[in-house]
Amino acid sequence: MTSPRAGRALIAPPPRRSAPDALVVAPGQVMPGRAAAFPLRREGPAKLTGEAKYADDLVFPGAWYGATIRSTEAHARLLAVTLDPEVDWSSAVVVTAADIPGQNIVASIKSDQPVLVPIGGEILHHAEPVALIAAPDRETLRRLKGHLKLVTDPLPPVFDPLASDHVFAAYRIERGDVAAGLADADFVLEGEYRVGHQEQLYIENNAMIAVPEADGGVAVHGSMQCPYYVHGALMKALALSPEAARVVQAETGGGFGGKEEYPSILAIHAALLARRAGKPVRMIYDRHEDLAATTKRHPAIVRHKTGVKRDGTLVAQDIEIVMDGGAYCTLTPVVLSRGALHAAGPYRCPNVRIVARATRTNTPPNGAFRGFGAPQTEFAAETHVNRLADALSLTPLEMRLRNVYREGDVTPTGQVLRESVAGEEVLRRAAAAAEFETLRERTKRARAERAGSTTVPTGALRTEAARKAPGIGLALAWHGAGFTGSGEVHLASVASVELTAEGRVVVLIASTEMGQGTNTIFPMMVAAALGITADEVEMAPVDTALVPNSGPTVASRTAMVVGGLCIGAARRLRQAVEARNGDRPFAEVYRADAAANGATRIDERFEPYPGEPFDDATYTGDAYPAFGWAAAVAAVDVDLDTGEVRVRDVVAVDDVGRVIHPILCEGQVEGGTLQAGGYATIEEIKLADGRYLNDRLATYLIPTSLDAPRISTILVEAPFSGAPHGAKGVGELPMDVGAPAVVAAIHDAVGVWIQQLPATPERILAALHPGSGGPAS
Amino acid sequence: MTTYRFLVNGGPVEVDVPGMRRLLDVLREDLGLTGTKEGCGEGECGACAVLLDGQLVDACLVPVCQADGGIVRTVEGLARRAAGDASLDDLQAAFLETGAAQCGICTPGMLMAARAYLDAGGGPDEDGIREAIAGNLCRCTGYTKIVDAIARVAGTVA
Amino acid sequence: MPAEPPIETPRQLSDAYALLAGGPWTPIAGGTDLMVRITGELGPIPERVLDVSRIDALAGITLEAGSLVLGARTTYTEIRRSTLCREHLPALVEAAATIGAAAIQNRGTLGGNIANASPAGDTLPVLLAADAEIVLGSHREERGVAAADFFTGYRTTALAPDELILRVRIPLPAGRELRFRKVGTRRAQAISKVVLAVAWRDHGPAAGWSDVRVALGSVAATPIRARATEADLEGARPTPEVADRAAETLAGEISPIDDVRSTAEYRRMVAGRILHRILRDAGGW
Repeated sequence: MTSPRAGRALIAPPPRRSAPDALVVAPGQVMPGRAAAFPLRREGPAKLTGEAKYADDLVFPGAWYGATIRSTEAHARLLAVTLDPEVDWSSAVVVTAADIPGQNIVASIKSDQPVLVPIGGEILHHAEPVALIAAPDRETLRRLKGHLKLVTDPLPPVFDPLASDHVFAAYRIERGDVAAGLADADFVLEGEYRVGHQEQLYIENNAMIAVPEADGGVAVHGSMQCPYYVHGALMKALALSPEAARVVQAETGGGFGGKEEYPSILAIHAALLARRAGKPVRMIYDRHEDLAATTKRHPAIVRHKTGVKRDGTLVAQDIEIVMDGGAYCTLTPVVLSRGALHAAGPYRCPNVRIVARATRTNTPPNGAFRGFGAPQTEFAAETHVNRLADALSLTPLEMRLRNVYREGDVTPTGQVLRESVAGEEVLRRAAAAAEFETLRERTKRARAERAGSTTVPTGALRTEAARKAPGIGLALAWHGAGFTGSGEVHLASVASVELTAEGRVVVLIASTEMGQGTNTIFPMMVAAALGITADEVEMAPVDTALVPNSGPTVASRTAMVVGGLCIGAARRLRQAVEARNGDRPFAEVYRADAAANGATRIDERFEPYPGEPFDDATYTGDAYPAFGWAAAVAAVDVDLDTGEVRVRDVVAVDDVGRVIHPILCEGQVEGGTLQAGGYATIEEIKLADGRYLNDRLATYLIPTSLDAPRISTILVEAPFSGAPHGAKGVGELPMDVGAPAVVAAIHDAVGVWIQQLPATPERILAALHPGSGGPAS
Repeated sequence: MTTYRFLVNGGPVEVDVPGMRRLLDVLREDLGLTGTKEGCGEGECGACAVLLDGQLVDACLVPVCQADGGIVRTVEGLARRAAGDASLDDLQAAFLETGAAQCGICTPGMLMAARAYLDAGGGPDEDGIREAIAGNLCRCTGYTKIVDAIARVAGTVA
Repeated sequence: MPAEPPIETPRQLSDAYALLAGGPWTPIAGGTDLMVRITGELGPIPERVLDVSRIDALAGITLEAGSLVLGARTTYTEIRRSTLCREHLPALVEAAATIGAAAIQNRGTLGGNIANASPAGDTLPVLLAADAEIVLGSHREERGVAAADFFTGYRTTALAPDELILRVRIPLPAGRELRFRKVGTRRAQAISKVVLAVAWRDHGPAAGWSDVRVALGSVAATPIRARATEADLEGARPTPEVADRAAETLAGEISPIDDVRSTAEYRRMVAGRILHRILRDAGGW
């Protein structure tokens, strides 16, 4: 495939721009009217020299070490926690549920998850925390851990989300008349799609260090995405006032959602031990514990029944979603909500019904992971659309061009897509850059050659002349930016920009840097609004004692929502300072102004975006202020001996509204694309009795550099007028589109649809040789 | 306890620790060099990669007694430290300019793997680079810009 | 910070023998298996560890009387770089290149792969197919054990508690071909799902193959020789019919399992298919 940077002519005519000032930004290219150069990553040098301090790098003299005692059963009654009386426990502290000073609840949407299972309570999943232990050194900790026993009475577990009757959340989205639409269709296709767990696999494990304060408060330092989630959880479980709980984010080695809600549990655990021991307590998970116990992407079963006209026009979509929430609710209602809202794909259809539910199983709770429900349902939607195209003898591109949303179309919740609609643009650009139609002809010829060349029909134990088969696949996705529905209103985020008394400009937000570039783009945005250089803008340490609650670092909201607030605050700061300095430019007067007038701090509070409010009861209205759009074309080779899939190239086209920093933005697309590639091919979790079998890095496998495709990124801008800079977010968009593109490419190569993720060689060979005794799915 | 003596980033160190202590723990805890990271303790992620006698090794798998008398290089030893100026070496600068580091936790090990490759004469060919860093997992970047950064440096070496 | 059992580092083989004579020790060479086990608490912590990494007698790659001899602490990187290995046993070089990645290859050793005796050890099918001899030593004697007899059970070997693996002797008969293929989940850092080595001596297009060896890993509790499949191929030419029959025989004679990495049926199917491919390539059809 040709890299889009190679300057080859587009096959298709350039698409109509989705907005008058929309641009395609070539990374590294200096855009007219923009800053002369894009700054280098703010904390880059520290990361490159080893000076950056992640949680486990922090030193707290005299700190103890903490560990969690966990259930080894999926479902049981906890009868007792026993400490071996033959052993000397005097040098350690042990904490059980009875020792929790506040509420034994992990603060979340529902109050169903205990911090520690109480005596007499119910263990609901393998690896559920029951007790905590801390000791002055690791050898003592290791020795004592083995002498703490749980006495339990087993209970019957439920592992099948379809069989479970405990429903965490359920939604119904309905528009038009699905039955009539199906009756009116020329062709109806049904399909069931299944996706399994996926682990975020940040390379830095979850880690927290709690330091008890003399006044009974506690400060927690650690790896996290959402300091105020942790803050709220500490307040609730330790009965602390807002001032007595302090949360400080350390340099964080990746999150991807896996450090959105989970760190609250770890922080509470560390804090409980720290208060009991009267010492700082370090709780740094090793990889095995992190894999075994922390949240994963929700598995899902998605069923489609779709009616189309012969020309490919969608007339009815009947969709059922069941998600496996694991043992506790955590963020399941919002994951299910986003999954449901995206489930019909980025397509115009007059009759849509989406019925979604998430149920409880006795497995570790599932939680946030990049995409947050959309990768699951969009895998199903896109694979189903590709199967429809195949059945109708339309190309995947034609099928999508016929149905992709255009400006003015209406979504299943009745939202009118008034602006910033770039589905067609990203689709055309991806197809052109990847030379999609040309390569499809080539793979079609390769298939024909293969079919014609074998004199002996192939069998399960027999090779054919060809060693591998090339395939190319296309997928399209949409992703709502920011929190769903009224989420942003409820968050009521506040961000601040301050001109300090010393004349420094500081941004105070709770958004965390975890590699995506927060620390670099915020100074750029604020500096641009103030008319100064990015170097003159500092980021305050993310410490709840210092910064306001600008909301969690999730949902692709940081640039759009929090960035928007900071630009607003900066503009007001500029106006205020310039007004009292004879309207001279801020850049000239701000230091003198600070010396004369002291500090000026501007707090900017979130105001709802324009549009129709979202009704949570009927699931109608504007689900998101704006949508991002992404297309991907994946080229694969399937090994015909073994069914192994090698993803060779991916062209990823993402509309992010406004590119603030091309290199950082590209980095998000590349990383998200590979994570989606792993989801599609090799990231698999098997369970036995509710326990993950893939609980070491030797058995939970993510792509290495040799497995990773060449990724070519094209960034498109269809700005959102509700955000001062037009940005819509990039973090999750690439995650929605990679897996169905790979699965489509596998079909193109070898003619089988793998409707379950990951599309492993085992599944591919079994599909190619059914009845040979292989796994059915 | 035995005393082990070796060079770290050009300077001699002496540690009085059990011989089976992991080189990773000696570096991070006994010597305070926290640049080398622990991602898995299983030799699968490469976050703890350092150079031992010029060879890339996972420090989580090396008992310190096997580093006795040896030459260890960690990420802290890459930057030029002339007259108090800690400027980045060519590889670090390339990583910074191309955007090859995002969250940064894999970066120290990745730099050491790249350093070992370049020191052994590795060229700007993509296959060679990808093989050289195949034991260093990155979850943020998709490897694209890491490969670009290494190729850039490899291409400038005569 | 994991457990840190006591460790001794003898410089001479005789010192190592003396220590081993006095009771059980857990040897360590490159540490790529043992350190993982200790850190991960996978099984009991060794009481004491014997560091063999400084014993000269265990190093080196030489050619002796028509055999390739590799010291036990030869690393995978050394195998890959060795002109002797590349010239005389490229299949072993191929196998070494599939293990882990650079950092593991720089430390992991052939002796360690053998002593660890994982059913998935990637060099082991090559050793079995090449009729390798494992040379063991102790204060009592030096003795050789055929690789085919060395792996006695799951992660169990013929090594006595006071013995060390010294070297591996691999005969290099004229005209012997050796092919290797590993199927893993990803292209580096992957434990094999199936790993296969096939050897034969070709006596020209008019004659059948002789001295056929078919060895596999990850399809049983130990690395194995597929004897019935070897019998099928012995005296035969690699024609499509022979390949079909051999693949069937192989699929029938192995008993792989379902595990975290793969399934019994996939392993069975793929073992047959990759054997079939090797025979197809050899037959040129």
